[in-house]
Amino acid sequence: METLEKAPIRASAPVDTLAAALAAFASIPVEENPPWLKPIRAQARKSLDALGFPTTRHEEWRFTNIAPLLQLPLHPAASNGRQLTAADVAPFRMETDGLCLVFVDGWFREDLSSAPQQKGGLLLASLRAALAGSAPGLEAHLTRHAAFTESFFTALNTAFFHDGAFVSVPAGLIVEKPVQLLYLATASQQGAATQNRTLVLAGKGGSLKIVETYASLHESAHFTNAVTELVLDAEARVEHCRLQNENGRAFHVSTVQAVQAQGSQWTSHSIATGARLARNQVQTLLNAQGAEAVLNGLYLGRHEQLIDHHTVVDHAQPHCQSHEFYHGVLADRSHGVFNGKIFVRPDAQKTNAKQTNRNLLLSGDASIDTKPQLEIFADDVKCTHGATIGQLNDEALFYLRARGIGLAQARRMLIRAFANDVVERVTIAPAREHLDRLLQDRFADTTV
Amino acid sequence: MLEIRNLSAGVTGKEILKGLSLSVQPGEVHAIMGPNGSGKSTLAGVLAGRSEYAVTGGGVTFNGADLLEMKPEERARAGVFLAFQYPVEIPGVNSTYFLKAALNECRKARHEEELDAVEFLALVKNKTKLLELDPALLNRPVNEGFSGGEKKRNEIFQMAVLEPKLAILDETDSGLDIDALRIVAGGVNKLRRPDNATLVITHYQRLLNYIVPDFVHVLANGRIVKSGGKELALELEKRGYDWILEGVASGNNGKA
Repeated sequence: METLEKAPIRASAPVDTLAAALAAFASIPVEENPPWLKPIRAQARKSLDALGFPTTRHEEWRFTNIAPLLQLPLHPAASNGRQLTAADVAPFRMETDGLCLVFVDGWFREDLSSAPQQKGGLLLASLRAALAGSAPGLEAHLTRHAAFTESFFTALNTAFFHDGAFVSVPAGLIVEKPVQLLYLATASQQGAATQNRTLVLAGKGGSLKIVETYASLHESAHFTNAVTELVLDAEARVEHCRLQNENGRAFHVSTVQAVQAQGSQWTSHSIATGARLARNQVQTLLNAQGAEAVLNGLYLGRHEQLIDHHTVVDHAQPHCQSHEFYHGVLADRSHGVFNGKIFVRPDAQKTNAKQTNRNLLLSGDASIDTKPQLEIFADDVKCTHGATIGQLNDEALFYLRARGIGLAQARRMLIRAFANDVVERVTIAPAREHLDRLLQDRFADTTV
Repeated sequence: MLEIRNLSAGVTGKEILKGLSLSVQPGEVHAIMGPNGSGKSTLAGVLAGRSEYAVTGGGVTFNGADLLEMKPEERARAGVFLAFQYPVEIPGVNSTYFLKAALNECRKARHEEELDAVEFLALVKNKTKLLELDPALLNRPVNEGFSGGEKKRNEIFQMAVLEPKLAILDETDSGLDIDALRIVAGGVNKLRRPDNATLVITHYQRLLNYIVPDFVHVLANGRIVKSGGKELALELEKRGYDWILEGVASGNNGKA
């Protein structure tokens, strides 16, 4: 029996807001688009209508109410935003002399970036510039991997992105220096939205360490909707670190989609400490034998923050491995969501998949919804998962205090130890140092 | 130094210490002995500031200050050290980092300069020798993967670094073989000074062959029922606790 409840019910005001926002996004000229992208954007816009704005009635959004986003006057962030100097950007850069592409409110800023022509053919470019030319691999991969027909926000990004990063590592090239993509929000108007888009290609046997940093330079409620696609050819190795530390009023939605060929290794770190509401979708498709994926995550919630990670590890082929470690520390009235899907397709024999989600609740009002979701269609596989929710160990706290360490410092030491379990897996040295400083500052003023 | 007067304490709904009194002066070693369940570990816990015990009567002063009003960390900084019966493993917290933080908190409280990394490591190197402790253990997280003997040695090592005024050894001999016992006791003896005191809490006399007490107290049913010199421990070893407990039961307060 059909019931009214099944029909999408949307309050009128948000729909108007959304319609107005979509119209505003569409108003940005996209004449630089190559012809092949135009029908894709049109399809993505159709998907927006077909999918509808997600509500908690959607299984994928059950624990995360994104409706407050529509209370913001959403509009595309202007390209002529705040005038920034290198000094403004410096605190967010991992290394002063490192490879870094800087984006301000979604627009590439060559003057703030440092991406000298690399030996051996590493391509580091703004997506806008790449689309204007004819960069190899762009047409084959951009928008081809992050499925916009299944996700409203991926569709939104695909329909309206205008800039971002294109990083391409040719076959056999080992890029020693880490690459940083720095996405800064500076617009002071509420509801300023950016659709950051990143494409990373690693050729056969190529190796890359890449860090995406998301931060705000002011305190107004902005909206970041980022999509990153990473394509790893055979035997390629990519370590990908995502640091999201936007301001406490921001909405941050992201999708990271990796696709892995034979023998490739992808290590993902999703470190989420910022935003009022953050939803990160981290997904990989293990698409040929011998591929390995490591998904690390650390989320630190406080105040009223909501931090949601939905991960998908898709074992499509045999003899692949995946290891997933997500840790959450939730203080005050913050709310964490972890949903870890592991698919093992019928052909994917000898799969080895492991998933762990550990959570530390620092207050009686903090909460976590954690859900492993294993769908296994092969019979000769090894899959394990575990989730824990706990408080700081009282015995350990007392032990530290009994040696003279104050309660607040003792708590910080234990929280830090818990977080370090994930932090220590980051092997990109400057990212690790950056992260250490960030956590130091974060815990220094945590009201524990 | 330590004055315990008529102390009563317990956990919710159950009184364990029932009017215990004890006076410890600088330079003294006191042994608290008693059968299981007599309140030995409760006494150690109350003195160190474990929150699960509620004090229901009496009081404790430490160098004139009200010890029971102090937080656990304040007691440690004032010079009270508890060697744990079951040292806690703390994954992810490096031993050296932890101990340096602890020492510097104690030094700050004593208005002494904090030690930098180089000074601290020199101190540590010196003290590990005292306890024949493998310095490599200090690169590990606190107590993690330590054997039972290593954990107990690590407790006394921490004591050597922090140099407390009053050390409370809670069943430090339990789970130690004879060689480890000798090392641990040797460490404690070397740390004895005219200005510090030690409270050795133990079920067995064995440890007291190595750490020779000035006073031995028998704890039973939450009170000290008999006190004497080191020879009392030997008598307990020979005759067990029953003769004292019977004496208490028959009302002559252990003067059997």
